[in-house]
Amino acid sequence: MTEIARLAAETEGAIAAAQNLDALEEARLAVLGKKGWLSAALKELGALAPDDRKARAQTLNEVKNSLTAAIESRKATLGDAAIDARLKAETLDMTLPLGDSAEQTGRIHPVSQVIDEITEIFAAMGFSIAEGPDIEDDFHNFTALNIPPEHPARQMQDTFYLPKRGADGEQVVLRTHTSPVQVRTMRGGPPPYRIIVPGRTYRSDYDMTHTPMFHQVEGLVIDRATHMGHLKGVLTEFCKAFFETDQVKMRFRPSYFPFTEPSAEVDINCSREGGVLRVGEGSDWLEILGSGMVNPKVLEYCGLDPAEWQGFAFGMGIDRIAMLKYGIPDLRSFFDADLRWLKHYGFVPLDIPTLGQGVAR
Amino acid sequence: MKFTLSWLKSHLDTNASLDEIAAKLTAIGLEVEGIEDRAALFAPFIVAEVRKAEQHPNADKLRVCEVFTGAETFQVVCGAPNARAGMKGIFAPVGSTVPGTQLLLKAANIRGVASNGMLCSEREMGLTDEHTGIIDLPLDTPLGAPMAKVFGLDDPVIEIKLTPNRGDCLGVRGIARDLAAAGLGTLRPLEIAIVPGAYASPITVSLDFPAGAERACPIFVGRHIRKVKNGPSPAWLQQRLKAIGLRPISALVDITNFFTYDLGRPLHVFDAAKVKGNIQARLAKAGEKLLALDGKEYALDDSITVIADEAGPEGLGGVMGGEHTGCSFETTEVFVESAWFDPLRTAATGRKLGIHSDARHRFERTVDPAFVKSGIDVATAMILDLCGGEPGETVIAGKEPDWKKTVTLRPTRLLGLVGFDLPVAEQTRILTALGFKVTTAGDALSVEVPSWRPDIDGEADLVEEIARLHGFDAIPAEPLPPLRAVPAPALTAAQRRVRMAKRALAARGLTEAITYSFIRKAEAEAFGGGQEELLLVNPISADMDAMRPSILPGLMAATKRNMDRGSMDVALFEVGPQYASVAMDGQAMVATGLRRGATGARHWRDKSRAVDAYDAKADALAALSAAGVDVGPLMVMDGAPGWYHPGRSGTLRLGPKTILAAFGELHPRALQAMDVKGPLVGFEVYLDRIPASRAKPGVRTKPALRLSELQAVERDFAFIVDAGVAAETLLKAVRGADKALIARTSVFDVFAGPGIPEGRKSLAITVRLEPSQQTLTDAEIEAVAKKIVAAAEKACGATLRA
Repeated sequence: MTEIARLAAETEGAIAAAQNLDALEEARLAVLGKKGWLSAALKELGALAPDDRKARAQTLNEVKNSLTAAIESRKATLGDAAIDARLKAETLDMTLPLGDSAEQTGRIHPVSQVIDEITEIFAAMGFSIAEGPDIEDDFHNFTALNIPPEHPARQMQDTFYLPKRGADGEQVVLRTHTSPVQVRTMRGGPPPYRIIVPGRTYRSDYDMTHTPMFHQVEGLVIDRATHMGHLKGVLTEFCKAFFETDQVKMRFRPSYFPFTEPSAEVDINCSREGGVLRVGEGSDWLEILGSGMVNPKVLEYCGLDPAEWQGFAFGMGIDRIAMLKYGIPDLRSFFDADLRWLKHYGFVPLDIPTLGQGVAR
Repeated sequence: MKFTLSWLKSHLDTNASLDEIAAKLTAIGLEVEGIEDRAALFAPFIVAEVRKAEQHPNADKLRVCEVFTGAETFQVVCGAPNARAGMKGIFAPVGSTVPGTQLLLKAANIRGVASNGMLCSEREMGLTDEHTGIIDLPLDTPLGAPMAKVFGLDDPVIEIKLTPNRGDCLGVRGIARDLAAAGLGTLRPLEIAIVPGAYASPITVSLDFPAGAERACPIFVGRHIRKVKNGPSPAWLQQRLKAIGLRPISALVDITNFFTYDLGRPLHVFDAAKVKGNIQARLAKAGEKLLALDGKEYALDDSITVIADEAGPEGLGGVMGGEHTGCSFETTEVFVESAWFDPLRTAATGRKLGIHSDARHRFERTVDPAFVKSGIDVATAMILDLCGGEPGETVIAGKEPDWKKTVTLRPTRLLGLVGFDLPVAEQTRILTALGFKVTTAGDALSVEVPSWRPDIDGEADLVEEIARLHGFDAIPAEPLPPLRAVPAPALTAAQRRVRMAKRALAARGLTEAITYSFIRKAEAEAFGGGQEELLLVNPISADMDAMRPSILPGLMAATKRNMDRGSMDVALFEVGPQYASVAMDGQAMVATGLRRGATGARHWRDKSRAVDAYDAKADALAALSAAGVDVGPLMVMDGAPGWYHPGRSGTLRLGPKTILAAFGELHPRALQAMDVKGPLVGFEVYLDRIPASRAKPGVRTKPALRLSELQAVERDFAFIVDAGVAAETLLKAVRGADKALIARTSVFDVFAGPGIPEGRKSLAITVRLEPSQQTLTDAEIEAVAKKIVAAAEKACGATLRA
């Protein structure tokens, strides 16, 4: 065995024995460093006879290549081990609970959510949203809606009064329904109209299903040809989309409102089996809204010729249909701002109702 | 309105079942609220005979009875003192639920003796309060007969909810007429026997109303009847009245109540012996009083119609009779009143005096003006029938008010208004069955309205009658014709702002509340409100009597409630109206929020901290930004309303005058006023003040984006300024130093304390330089830095920190 072969074998042993990158580097320097034995041997080549030099150079090169490969291989092995060892020390307890992010914590009130749902559905049928003031006068809330002073219908609604206004002593009231916005719409510009009006309404009442403030959505369509069949069609489509069932059955019952003629109350079918209310199932009926063809007298009060214009109107309790859809038991809790209630019955902000993805999750 | 099935059938000839009748009533708008089928309720209880009644071996007061129902024999232990052999009573078997006690009967062993069932008292059957003994029936009562039949309780009671326009259905006959028109049978003819008068009336009637008030009582009809004998009314009449919840009083009074419900025709009967002189309908005089039949004395005024004799008012016209001239069992001569009282005046009187009577209920919904005289005739016939006697001549003052109306109906309007059609003959049939007189007038029908339907005014009313009685089920469900294939947006810009602000605030972790629009007056005053014009005249309670001038007090009260329930960290917002006056523009849409406590729960990783005024500022900016405001150029100034902490609050302004929002820590006095423990931070964003977008509709193009390939440079500066210098003053000066190069500035440290002179503070800022022509050289950067330092010094005396 030549001296070179012996040194090569010794170096191979040192490379294999190196337990870390530092030891391996030490072994590499002993061979290939400036003072390494192979570097020294290569330097000595110049002193050799040309024939010897060629053979010797070939041998040395082979040894160099072999040892370099061995070092690289050992380096890769040791590198993997080093990463493994580092990773072993770098652990996190991924079971530690995280806080909720703001967009998971915040809530939208069920009334706002349901207004957005209603808006989405009626927008698809070509309705736009109209609004009006909460503080109304006698004319818009009653007279123009064909409810003259002393009319028994005024006793149907427990009105909140504010002090009279101005020299003519006009009675100021909190609107008892969203219907005055019908009047404002009709007096505000020429037909046709196709609007819904969501908003706050006020009546002097307080129990499990009545609060002195609540929310209504009014609907109004006026043109030359709209009839009660269209009312039925629109409300049917609304109920199907809102309650997310094609099974929902509707019943129109004759009723009386001074501002519509003919008038109908609308029931939807429901089941109350086991104390759980389900809309669109079963054979019980549940009243959800009042409606009818706009009374010709109302059209006249609003400056429209009843011989030319006609249409329907309806009014529905927003809180009430929110209670029905989402199984909320007590109306009073809507306005209590109890964080626990709002967290449970409220909606996360990114849950925005659209028809494209479905109005509710 | 309540009535029984047999009562209805006395006017309606029909084979329809109770269920069919109930369904039809609801279908034609006479909504059934309830049906009390007492025969079903009492079904288990039957007539039984007590065959033996022997002393209980182990109890002095108990008897062991052998009870025979005609089919079976039971042993029953009974404690009633009147239990005796040979009597007949009502037996409740094991397994039945006793109506008066709601207890389920089980087989029992009472002191060693088996007892199977029970002999019942009237109280146990839920009939009366009588409980001194068991029911003791006449001995000829058939064994095994159902109790409901024996007591006349086998007649189902129907209750309907009437809309205020249907005064005609406040009599059973009106209901029967509607059902007949709907095809559920035939209306039986109403036979009115006219009994001639045997003598001239000793009491005359007259009307005395000032000009303009004649409508108060345009017709008054009276009749004297002598030699009557008053007493309890017969069983059939008592049972009908009891079934609908009225207490039988005496034959004379029961007759008037009967016609009130049977024909919707209120009547009054005076004890003629107690009437002084003649009777006059007139307005009351100030100071007059009346002791009414309800036992209460009422002070009257000249808006109230009274029926008076020479002694003064004896009755309230259309509302209630007087105690003094009321009938008793001793009454032998009567004066019967049938009149017509103005609906509006009757309603006003009832409201003013707080009297709700069956008469008022009907007169204020309009009683048939053509049936006044007939009312006397039907009453006379029944009084003679039940009480005997001899009638005098009928006396009449005034005449019936004009009620005749003719309405033109184009039969095509049915299809045009409700969407389905019926042959003209069927339309005519329905109207005729309701009592309208229909004649053809060219293409249209001329329709005379009957006296009992004052609610019918126009063509639409007639269409409703036809559609209603044919049934609304026939209305087809048709879609509205689409205005265009893809509908236009439904929301206005203002509505979109509200919606976006809500979502943005919720996304910042705030929870949306909806609180009442009215608050306590004292609270309103603490927030700039409480003006007289915004105080409710009739609040539901004293803590909800003022329209809110701000949403903050409502949210503060909500915060307090949540704290009381153990939630100390509160983050609430509400987007809703607040009110500065009753004028239209006094109502403003405001996004308001409130935070209290820590930014979050204690957490191992996300350290929470106490909320501060900057959280409120961030909330306000988020709401404004979501509402479409470019918040960059907004000015932050002081001037927040008085309910904010003067040193820890601000306003966000678009230009120096337009305040878009206020924010900050709430004033300690505001916390005191609301009795809530702070600190609280809040904001109010005035959404209505946001100017409309100036972008042309439909133009959504964004400005061109120019991206520089050149290296941007960031340089930090630590300035020392007076403690009172606003950061914005310094930043504005720095930005102004080289508007072309300086793309962004931000504050990364604020410090006062060791190393900084007393009364000064350090503001450390980063400036980002973005060249557009060529990469900056060190010399250029140095030059800009010098300009920045110079500008800062000039603007606010800033010096670089050593």
